[in-house]
Amino acid sequence: MYGNDFGQPGATDSRAGAPPHPLNAAETPDYTDALAEYFDGLIEQDQRVEPRDAMPEAYRTTLIRQMAQHAHSEIIGMQPEANWITRAPSLRRKAILMAKVQDEAGHGLYLYSAAETLGVDRSELLDKLHSGRQKYSSIFNYPTLTWADAGAIGWLVDGAAIMNQVPLCRCSYGPYARAMIRVCKEESFHQRQGFEILWVLARGTKEQKAMAQDAANRWWWPALQMFGPPDTGEHASTGHTAQSMAWGIKRFSNDDLRQKFVDMTVPQAQKLGITLPDPDLAWNEERGHWDFGAIDWDEFWRVLKGDGPCNEQRIRTRVEAHDEGAWVREAADAYAAKQAARHEQGAVA
Amino acid sequence: MTSGTWPLWEVFVRAKRGLSHVHAGSLHAPDREMALRNARDLYTRRQEGVSIWVVASEDITASSPDERDSFFDPAADKVYRHPTFYDVPEDVEYL
Amino acid sequence: MTEQHHVDYLLGLGDDALIYAQRLGEWLTHAPQIEEDMALGNVALDLVGQARALLTHAGEVEGADPVRDEDDLAMLRHEREFRNVQLVEQPRGDFAHEMARLLWFSTYQRELYTAVLTSTDETLAGVAAKAVKEVDYHRDHATQWVLRLGDGTQESHDRMQAALVAVHPYVAELGEDHDAARWAAEHRVGVLPSSLTDAVNAYVVGVLEQATLAMPDAPRWHARGGRAGVHSEVMGYLLAEMQHLHRSHPGASW
Repeated sequence: MYGNDFGQPGATDSRAGAPPHPLNAAETPDYTDALAEYFDGLIEQDQRVEPRDAMPEAYRTTLIRQMAQHAHSEIIGMQPEANWITRAPSLRRKAILMAKVQDEAGHGLYLYSAAETLGVDRSELLDKLHSGRQKYSSIFNYPTLTWADAGAIGWLVDGAAIMNQVPLCRCSYGPYARAMIRVCKEESFHQRQGFEILWVLARGTKEQKAMAQDAANRWWWPALQMFGPPDTGEHASTGHTAQSMAWGIKRFSNDDLRQKFVDMTVPQAQKLGITLPDPDLAWNEERGHWDFGAIDWDEFWRVLKGDGPCNEQRIRTRVEAHDEGAWVREAADAYAAKQAARHEQGAVA
Repeated sequence: MTSGTWPLWEVFVRAKRGLSHVHAGSLHAPDREMALRNARDLYTRRQEGVSIWVVASEDITASSPDERDSFFDPAADKVYRHPTFYDVPEDVEYL
Repeated sequence: MTEQHHVDYLLGLGDDALIYAQRLGEWLTHAPQIEEDMALGNVALDLVGQARALLTHAGEVEGADPVRDEDDLAMLRHEREFRNVQLVEQPRGDFAHEMARLLWFSTYQRELYTAVLTSTDETLAGVAAKAVKEVDYHRDHATQWVLRLGDGTQESHDRMQAALVAVHPYVAELGEDHDAARWAAEHRVGVLPSSLTDAVNAYVVGVLEQATLAMPDAPRWHARGGRAGVHSEVMGYLLAEMQHLHRSHPGASW
């Protein structure tokens, strides 16, 4: 996930609610042959589909699910890094980390905003996150144990996210593509600051070097899992991929993106002086790519289904913030209603 | 009333003087004052704007895809509205 | 020759910003709406920026050998050396508490920075020129929320009123004069905190009135001594959290 969409085996997603108002109305009740022809033409010509265009219902639900999961990942992804804001080792790092966590909130909002153009309400999507009916990237179910983890998240997790996200800037759905352009512009700062954290640690004291290596050891494999299940074999996903590629929602397969990420990251690790925790990592002259070892997909599915070190904690924190904020949101609603009434009275008088 | 259902607002940002406001995205806010402030924090963190408009999404009327043909196709054959339609000698300046 | 009062005056302003940023930073991921995570993050970021500029300048004025930089001052001073008011170190309460605190603090900061725009300390005047626009926005943000919570639902009104009462014992300290401020006022580096009090009160009174809230009665006790390094018990825990990583690796770069 995190810009990648796949379902759990057997998972279904209920259809999103009806569009409430004209600007974002996207539901197409009578998807006639003529409309289908128009939609297929747009996809064929690599044109963008826009909110009010007629579209197949499955295209719409796939997009809503993917954008929601992506947005949820940004929002939940704030937590492991926010964990270090109060303890950042310098004021410069504190400021950078705050700005970064704030950006994640912003990215979540851009994506919810894009999802809402399909006539679904953000509160509905948040409900699904809170009740576990929609997922977020499993990577955030791992804890940030040391300061170096803030670096590893930027370098590996954001690095992998960018790999996933850059192709989405050309996604067939216009609002998603536009949101991703904005996100990608901001995300490259995240990856660089993460690399910089590790670069300084790797050149620091013995303890700092060990901290950097330990973080890379813990984050490398989960980062590779971020691209989702393999394209083929027994662990392959239930098959959104082919349809998503045909629709221009997805541009590259999971394994292609994963390979690109490994090829990009290995030289960076060498530069850092960090050893990636994979004895099978080797340059393959023939393929022109780095070979890497087998990924533990059982762990992946286990963590995705809830049995990861932080699943419970992440959702609990999120739900608590939401619930504790209810009275504030209600107050603002009540004030807005009072102001509107006063305004009306003033206009009459 | 259910909490968390603040209305949706569309945000338009003027990137710099001399340019039009351009649609940037949307956000939720209880009222127009807060919408403007939230837009500032969300869409202009990196000096992306010098001016912001917010409009309640429900106040926007959008052209319908059903009307696409009648709305926009008739403009397609009026090439004479475009300057490149006209043949003029190449050596005439300021034209 | 180093003028310790000058250093202490700058540390007071810098520590206020730093310690409040530390508390506001705790809000990220806990705000009532994601848009508010963004807003509180912005306020905290502005304050970290002010703290960095002010602490750096304090270190330069101090002129120790070697010069103490912003991190030396933030991460390696002991509790009794911090010169912030106790208001900013208090633990994070509910959203109403934060808006009560932010309303008072940003109103105070706005009057303060406006007054030191003409400081004979040109660096401080420069910091103030940038900061005054920032805190103007913070004050507006707090104002918007106090209006909504005060004049929202019965629950929000009650919570907001209770928050004002809870915060009140920490307000007077903002306007208390101290030796460093007296020196600063005399040398036209800074101003006497007491000279800001009327303007601060007038603004807050106006907001509370509009928000259908009452200014709390004078509290039985009020916090004092922050400018002299006397803090509440929570301060040690705040510093332990903020400083432990830096202190665990003496001399390391980050």
